[in-house]
Amino acid sequence: MDINDYILAIVTSYEDKDKVDNGSAPIFYAEDEEELEYISMMISRLTKSMVHDLGNGVYVLIKH
Amino acid sequence: MIKYGEMILLAVILGTFTRLLLLRVDYRQYPGYPHGYIVHLTLAFLASSLGALVLPAMLEENYVAVTILGAAVQQFRGIRNMERDFLSQIEDTELVPRGQAYIEGIAKVFESRNYLAMIAALLTSFGYYFFNLIGYNSLNIAGGVIIGTIVVYVLYTLMSEDHVGDIAEIRVVDLEFVGPNNANLSVEDTVIMNVGLKEAKESWKKSGVGIVIAPKDDNARATLANTGQRQAIIHDVVSQLGVRLDVGVQDYTPLARINLHTGRVYIIMIPMEPDRECIIEAVRRTPVLEASRRAPLATKAGRMASD
Repeated sequence: MDINDYILAIVTSYEDKDKVDNGSAPIFYAEDEEELEYISMMISRLTKSMVHDLGNGVYVLIKH
Repeated sequence: MIKYGEMILLAVILGTFTRLLLLRVDYRQYPGYPHGYIVHLTLAFLASSLGALVLPAMLEENYVAVTILGAAVQQFRGIRNMERDFLSQIEDTELVPRGQAYIEGIAKVFESRNYLAMIAALLTSFGYYFFNLIGYNSLNIAGGVIIGTIVVYVLYTLMSEDHVGDIAEIRVVDLEFVGPNNANLSVEDTVIMNVGLKEAKESWKKSGVGIVIAPKDDNARATLANTGQRQAIIHDVVSQLGVRLDVGVQDYTPLARINLHTGRVYIIMIPMEPDRECIIEAVRRTPVLEASRRAPLATKAGRMASD
């Protein structure tokens, strides 16, 4: 089943923890920049979704 | 005395031959296998046979026989459905889909080519009959062929479609990266896509290209705004130049967006062959789809609004 145009997951670092609040999408916290990149890439490939950079250190995964 | 057998045979051959000429692998990349050719040639043969039989039936005062043409129309509509179904079915397996508008256009072309075969056969028999009528009995075969060929050529030229190159100027430009972390991919200050992954951004920087399609007038602007038309352009470029893309790697999906102020269409993609001249040529040769064709300038309100 495809869930389109909906935030599937949120990936951010512990430092930017306050920028996201809990919602329906799972939030993943990364230790550093490298892990952030890796986690987002992994979820993106697995769910066939696209990683978007909100510009404030928060990455969201959306399937288009 | 007219030899009906000769007349019908000549018309059928010319009609089928017409279809054969039109049956070449072109930018649509379809049909590509002998099975596809057989299907279309067989139906073209039937179409030409029907076309060829009209005049003899009339001459024999067997007017009711012409109603078989009704059956022909039904057959050809079957072709259209067949093409549409096939292309829609394989749509899921295309990395870059054709889009419904393009499929509908292709299906229609296949249907109309059968009518063309039928008309070719009909007019060939007319030509044959005409030369017989004016007394050049020895010339009637040549006459049929000549008239049939001329009319088919004229019809085919009239039926040719516009191409994107006719209604717009095309350029290939470099991509720009704007916004925080340079995550927003843009062309001429129009943001097309937000890319989060560094790896993906690097790829776009290294081999991504931006295509600018600037409409020549308001008609073109309305036509290019159609999403089906944009998808058709992307599909054509991708099928000719290749694309670095796979399932699960959405970051490299080619996208087309318009600039709301100028009506220009911007396409971003990562082609296998980054040859700019070839990209421009591929875009230029994309047909303007019937489904997306708009002509606001042909209406009073449209003309007034364009001032």
